[in-house]
Amino acid sequence: MAKSSPQTSGTGVWAQLSGLLGRGPGGYAFLSIYALVTSLLLLFNPRTNLFTDIVFILFLLMILAIYRTKVHIGFKIALGVITLGLVLPAFGTLNPYYIDVATQAGIFATLALGLNVVVGFAGLLDLGYVAFYAVGAYLWSIFSTPQVGLMIAGATPIPSGWFYGFILVGLTVGGVFGVLLGLPVLRLRGDYLAIVTLGFGEVIRVLAVNLDKPVNITNGAQGIKDIERPPLFFGDAFRAIAGAFGMQLDDNQLYQLFFYFMVLVVVLITILIVSRLKNSRIGRAWTAIREDETAAIAQGIPLVRMKLMAFAVGASFAGAMGVIFASKQLFINPPTFDLLRSIGILTMVILGGLGNIPGVILGAVLVTLLDLQILPRIAEILRSAQKAGWPIPAAFDPTQYQRLLFGLLMILMMIFRPEGILPEDRRRQELHEDDE
Amino acid sequence: MAAEAKAPTRRVSSQRTPAELLRVIFLPLGQLLAFILGSAVVLGLIVVVLAFLLSRSDPKILQTALAILPQVIIDGIVRGFLFATIALGYTMVYGVLEFINFAHGEIFMVGGFVGAGVSYLLNQWGILANLPAILFVIIVVLIGMTVSGLLAMGTERIAYRPLRNAPRLVPLISAIGMSLVLQDTVRLVATNTPLGFNARFETPNFGKPFQLATIPLGERGIPVLIGPKAVVFIVAAMLMLLALNYLVNATRLGKAIRAVAQDRTTASLMGVNVNQIISLTFLIGGALGGAAGVLFGMNIGTVNPYMGFIPGLKAFTAAVLGGIGNITGAMVGGIVLGFLEAFVASYLSLFTGGAFSGASYADIAAFSILILILIFRPEGLLGESTTQKV
Repeated sequence: MAKSSPQTSGTGVWAQLSGLLGRGPGGYAFLSIYALVTSLLLLFNPRTNLFTDIVFILFLLMILAIYRTKVHIGFKIALGVITLGLVLPAFGTLNPYYIDVATQAGIFATLALGLNVVVGFAGLLDLGYVAFYAVGAYLWSIFSTPQVGLMIAGATPIPSGWFYGFILVGLTVGGVFGVLLGLPVLRLRGDYLAIVTLGFGEVIRVLAVNLDKPVNITNGAQGIKDIERPPLFFGDAFRAIAGAFGMQLDDNQLYQLFFYFMVLVVVLITILIVSRLKNSRIGRAWTAIREDETAAIAQGIPLVRMKLMAFAVGASFAGAMGVIFASKQLFINPPTFDLLRSIGILTMVILGGLGNIPGVILGAVLVTLLDLQILPRIAEILRSAQKAGWPIPAAFDPTQYQRLLFGLLMILMMIFRPEGILPEDRRRQELHEDDE
Repeated sequence: MAAEAKAPTRRVSSQRTPAELLRVIFLPLGQLLAFILGSAVVLGLIVVVLAFLLSRSDPKILQTALAILPQVIIDGIVRGFLFATIALGYTMVYGVLEFINFAHGEIFMVGGFVGAGVSYLLNQWGILANLPAILFVIIVVLIGMTVSGLLAMGTERIAYRPLRNAPRLVPLISAIGMSLVLQDTVRLVATNTPLGFNARFETPNFGKPFQLATIPLGERGIPVLIGPKAVVFIVAAMLMLLALNYLVNATRLGKAIRAVAQDRTTASLMGVNVNQIISLTFLIGGALGGAAGVLFGMNIGTVNPYMGFIPGLKAFTAAVLGGIGNITGAMVGGIVLGFLEAFVASYLSLFTGGAFSGASYADIAAFSILILILIFRPEGLLGESTTQKV
């Protein structure tokens, strides 16, 4: 894997290796072999075990390798389409667990990109980000199930075909909520803002728990179940294509593939929008605000309007993703949207590199894999070690200790590498200006 | 420190007459009592007016509202002192470092757990039941204060000091991480010891609740009760506030703390060991938080690893409400917030006919206050307005 960024690549073997494999013919050969080996390993050994886990992680990290290697852009795109568009879905039909992990990683990548607009670009620490996600999720859940009849007497659920339209509704409503929260609090200094957004996240969660009376809007702590999935208008065609390869797909598998591709498309659109924004006039204004508010005002940047825009943009991604998430998950309840989720997304952004788009995606993928694959695997290992007589406390289950993991990641990153794994150039300069 | 530096300081402090000293120490307490009375009167009046307006449709409301009023006020005082003692930790740290110690709620929680652990051990040894209640309180509070204070000092040393000159968000994120780590470390320890996730806080017998008055309603009156543990809480909290006032306003250490809060660089030029003072500030704030945790756990009867989060958030609200960085302000803010919460929790469901459950909307009320205060009076009730420095 070409993990060489100019400042970390030291001398010696590693530098030579990355020089050889990072560009030119070496790069083409490296990527092709890498992709071929991991793909074949996945497709011919699809059982869930530690080995497949490792290969799967290497497979996902290949996207990073493709991004970092200096080869022709057409080759990169072709390789990306083959691996993410063909190999992974094919593997997913063999083992539904892994494609679900990939879909989750995609969902979190979008959320992390959205949060990155707020925290990374504009430098506003938002600890209640998941509230906007909850708003989107509840929006679709309420209107697609008989729950709407409990809220408005006589109303019937809207047809599931409206799902696509509702993604846009979720986008808009998320943005509106972002502005509503932002208007009163954006005049505050950074650390106050963190606490207020944290409180806002709690308020939304408490409302979700308690708004089952006087009018039943959210169905309280029981949550909403049987959320509609969109109709698969191309389902038969897709089944026919899969059938040509000798694969029989049932409805659940089709939906899994559908949501995988849907999330993939949304991630790509998000990357496009966010990277365009970052290099626009607005993005540069955000950077200015992040680095020095007073100087930014002096430059004539409309401070509150720009901050509001960052809030609204970040929130609208979360709102849209909430709609997709609710539909994929079929069931939501208030604990889905607790503070830990917000913190998890923040950890992704911090781990990967505040402000840097590839870094944030890497962070999202790493934290999701850590959460959904590595922790359960460690738990399994601990259990077998315990059976073999090792002194490991019975009540210790690593999958239940995400807080510890996120907390440690945050502290260690802040102390040793505050700019993240893949730092943004400007941010690195900002954080290390007194080192030189 | 040089001897000649000491001499003038002594002279200055000796210029303060005993009367002045008493004034400095007890004036904040007076302010506090004034705010307790004020909050009780204002909120009580609002409730009475609302109840009167609503009583046209339902004549019983006025009677019920008046009958529970004294109990609500007592509840408000207890909550208020809880927030006040936690808020002190936030406000002191903010004063010296301009930094929100996010992990302070967890320091509070650790205090509660240490108390539960000590009482569990005492119970195992069989001496808990025979221990006089006051002695028991003193033992657990002192142990809880020591552990929490040292823990707060340790977190500062590990997670905040290396980041002191970093951009603002960096130590804040580290503090959030620290808070999560503490929550889960305590959970790890608690679930693997006999304490369990919801640890019981065993206490010796404190005796029956005191009956302050009886409100005549119907055939038999409604008693106004205050539990002995709540009395212990209030008394202990007042003593701690007095001690803190003395420490900050009348001792050499307090002077150093005030100097560091005012201007860190200049204080270090004057021979104040800034790192040591910051450590001590964390120690004092942490000890207060730990004592609050022990008293709270004792009052409620159980502790759990996540119990620090919401009180921590509310105590921060209290600190902002009173004017962050201002010690008297934190106490006043805590009292006002405690009263507001107690009133919302008790009267919301009564006035809305049970449509909204007061207990859960009390949280929302607290955060709404935070937002309102930050918008309209960011310097707080007692704070002085400051302008942003370039």
